Amino acid sequence: MAELYRRFGGGLGTLFLALVGAWLAGMVLAPNVMMIDYALRPNLPPSQIGGPSDVYSLDNILYLANEGVHRAIFFKTVWASALVALVTFLVCYPLAFWLAQHATPNQAAVVLLGLTIPFWINEVLRTLAWYILLAFRGPLNAFLLSLGIIDEPVRWYGDGGVLAGMAYAYILFMLFPIYNSIESLDKSQIEAARDLGASTWRIHWRVVIPHAKAGIATGCVFTFMLAAGSYVAPALLGAPGSRWFTEIIYNWFFEGGDWNRGAAYALVLLVLCLAVVLVTLRLARVSLTEVAK
Amino acid sequence: MSHSVELHQVGVTFGATRAVDDVSFNVEGGEFFSILGPSGCGKTTLLRVIAGFLHPTEGRILIGGKDMAALGPNQRPTAMIFQSLALFPLMPVWENIAFGLEARGVAKAERRRKADELLRLIALEGFGDRMPGELSGGQRQRVAIARALAVEPQVLLLDEPLSALDLKLRQHMRAELRSLQKRTGVTFIYITHDQSEALAMSDRVAVMSAGVVQQVGAPRELYDNPATPFVAGFVGETNAIPCTVKRIEAGIATVDSPHGTLTARAGSALAAGKAKLYVRPEALKPGNAAENALSATIERIDFEGAFALAHGATDDGKRLIASIASTDLAAAPAIGARARFGFDRANAVVLPDG
Repeated sequence: MAELYRRFGGGLGTLFLALVGAWLAGMVLAPNVMMIDYALRPNLPPSQIGGPSDVYSLDNILYLANEGVHRAIFFKTVWASALVALVTFLVCYPLAFWLAQHATPNQAAVVLLGLTIPFWINEVLRTLAWYILLAFRGPLNAFLLSLGIIDEPVRWYGDGGVLAGMAYAYILFMLFPIYNSIESLDKSQIEAARDLGASTWRIHWRVVIPHAKAGIATGCVFTFMLAAGSYVAPALLGAPGSRWFTEIIYNWFFEGGDWNRGAAYALVLLVLCLAVVLVTLRLARVSLTEVAK
Repeated sequence: MSHSVELHQVGVTFGATRAVDDVSFNVEGGEFFSILGPSGCGKTTLLRVIAGFLHPTEGRILIGGKDMAALGPNQRPTAMIFQSLALFPLMPVWENIAFGLEARGVAKAERRRKADELLRLIALEGFGDRMPGELSGGQRQRVAIARALAVEPQVLLLDEPLSALDLKLRQHMRAELRSLQKRTGVTFIYITHDQSEALAMSDRVAVMSAGVVQQVGAPRELYDNPATPFVAGFVGETNAIPCTVKRIEAGIATVDSPHGTLTARAGSALAAGKAKLYVRPEALKPGNAAENALSATIERIDFEGAFALAHGATDDGKRLIASIASTDLAAAPAIGARARFGFDRANAVVLPDG
């Protein structure tokens, strides 16, 4: 902060601080405080708001705890998000390693551009593309049928479709942190391990992954959070059996008309995500500041 | 007995660049063998070819009599010490040392025992649980050597491992490397651009320039009998006197030079015509007594401790350097004076212009 003042002087420095402060207060703090406020109040008709029955309680949260279907969807969302993070990691790690250690600058540029171009269009449209690809009479089924791998079309919508759509949607959030961390690994470390007789598997397990740990944790945390809060992919690529918790929150707000219960559900999801993230970072022995880098 | 390492006409081409050209030499078992050359001469490429990180464009490499062509670096009986050392920073010292054993499936207790044994060998007993970042440069150096020795290689390949150390430590590590090599009996192939390092440690040295091995020989041999102008100029200080060969008789060349007629040993492949006479600074003695003499105007005398270097300019504008022992400094020529330096013909060599 002293550095900021030294560099920009009192006036400009104060302005920057005020802007950051206003952003944090208005865009981060206020909505969350409002959400907590909503979550803890009962859903009342306008005439009773502020009246004797408008008191703080945990009723909305307890409703979720006692509602079996919602509870099941909640936990399913949590572990399915973890699965999305795992699958995305498995896809991205070899690619990131190749990009960081083996690709020529030209190859890396082409691949990164190829990966980035789809992200120039909107997430809904990208997911719609998967909707078309995975359709019952769509190209993927036609292709697999023509190869004789399947005898009849597969219904991809559902858990598989959601997983594919999300892994694709969040690939860059996983790829870049891992790529950055592997890139800083000295090539001679890999050569030394190889020279000492280590197999490819051991080189990754003992040398590359420990070095890239912070990047891997960052990518997994990002992907997990995005997956848990995702709405488009489950809405388009899901089936009734693969409902996502965000869809239930959406329903409380816009179909059930119960903003308070919706806010309570959203609050529970937020708290659980935070807990999962902090525990993951703790287990990986990575600090939050490393992730922020 | 077969040689420890044999190189047969090894060549490496990168695109249009010829990094290593037709290199052949043998390294004997238990030998300290150095490859000396300026940066960019292809010596590191050659080392990486021996280690198996690069495949030669042509030629064969045999280690212990076995052709290495089909074997990767993890299958060869070699271990490499990298210029950056490449210790694994996230593993404690003992795991670093035992990494090669871990890769070979040795049980943990045995790995630890072996690591402790090697730590004793490198005089770092009790350092096993430290992290590499907590060690000094010289200690890290020794850990890298122990890590390479742990896999009991037939040949240890060292890629300028001392270049990051300061002078005092470097000199200390030279002696340590040398004694470690003699104690373990492992063949060392040592890459360096520092000629004093190569001369001080090695049993034999190969001098490389522009991808080509110029000469292989014992340090003394390279110094006293350089085979090519490059070796004469690169290994140690020397004075090169342009001259024309008049005749060669019984290994002694008689040449015409700006200093008059001089005689010196004739290098191999010397014929009549343009040549250079090479004479070391310490072979030049002030005074006129010897059979050969060079004259120069003394410009300055740099005192270096054990000796002083007299820098002079000859009449044809060439530099001349003569080394004068500190004990003889009183009799040294004065600065600005014209002085004559004599040398014995046995201490100078004439090589064809290359």
